[in-house]
Amino acid sequence: MKDWPLWEIFIRSKQGLSHKHVGSLHAADAQMAIENARDVYTRRNEGISIWVVEYIHIHASTEDAEAFFDPANDKVYRHPTFYDLPDELRHI
Amino acid sequence: MLASSVPAVQNARFEYLLRLGDDALILSHRLSEWCGHAPVLEQDIALANIALDLLGQARMLLTHAGEVEGAGRSEDDLAYFRTSQQFRNALLVEYPNQDWAYTIVRQFFFDVYHYHLYQALLHSTDTHLAAIAEKALKECTYHLRYSSEWVVRLGDGTPVSHQKMQAAVDELWMYSGELTTPDAIDLAIAADGIGPNLLPIKTLWAEKVTAILTEATLVKPAQTWMQSGGRSGRHTEHLDRLLAEMQHLQRTFPGQVW
Repeated sequence: MKDWPLWEIFIRSKQGLSHKHVGSLHAADAQMAIENARDVYTRRNEGISIWVVEYIHIHASTEDAEAFFDPANDKVYRHPTFYDLPDELRHI
Repeated sequence: MLASSVPAVQNARFEYLLRLGDDALILSHRLSEWCGHAPVLEQDIALANIALDLLGQARMLLTHAGEVEGAGRSEDDLAYFRTSQQFRNALLVEYPNQDWAYTIVRQFFFDVYHYHLYQALLHSTDTHLAAIAEKALKECTYHLRYSSEWVVRLGDGTPVSHQKMQAAVDELWMYSGELTTPDAIDLAIAADGIGPNLLPIKTLWAEKVTAILTEATLVKPAQTWMQSGGRSGRHTEHLDRLLAEMQHLQRTFPGQVW
């Protein structure tokens, strides 16, 4: 079992639109990972769709968060907040 | 066996429901013994889930049995205050866990039977039993998938896993026949449409088991002699030890609740 890779698990709930990360587990292959995820992460009706991704295929940003993401902080013009919506569209 | 030589069986329906309920109850208990001790965390949870499924089925079946008996016995009375001679589970399910291979083989042999049993019980003339079967079938479909896949993974695995699996198959084989070998009660129940004719299930069982064992590169034992006795209350020494643990608390403090 020490050879079993780690898999990150994503579940989409019945009403949900996207898969959310719920945790991880070890399994020998993708099929076992999906079944383990079903046993471990859908016991309480959490979801109807499972994605399993082997850990090595997930690439995460590692740079210093402040420097890497900073240029987006002060560009207010990128946000669609300058329009006056007519009353008819107010609740879009 | 001629119909005229089948002895009249009193309370056949009650006896039959005890068999179904006790199978689920005892197997559930065996699986629960793995909780916290399984070799892999995810399988610890998987077995606990299966144990809970079976316990739920046992509760429904034993409650229904108590109602049919009409003597006021509840599911708890039946589970905790009968002696081993009064239990009607098949010998296979009381077999000790031993190791993972035995646990998986025991589960697989039982699941194939259980799946086909509930399929047939959907048409039971006992509508309450048919309703239980409908719910249970969804759970048993997954149990069968789970145990079949593990038989294949371990059988067609490493030399060590293959050897352990073959040893488990060879030892447990003689306990498998009891599940699908009808006796007087089974015949009476089938005549009333309450339960199925077991012989077609025996055939389906053999087909599925042969297919999976072949895929798992395991050898099906040639032995045809089968152990029996569980359905009449003649159990192995293992059941007494199991009940001593399972019933100890209720027998020491009768009627206590959480």
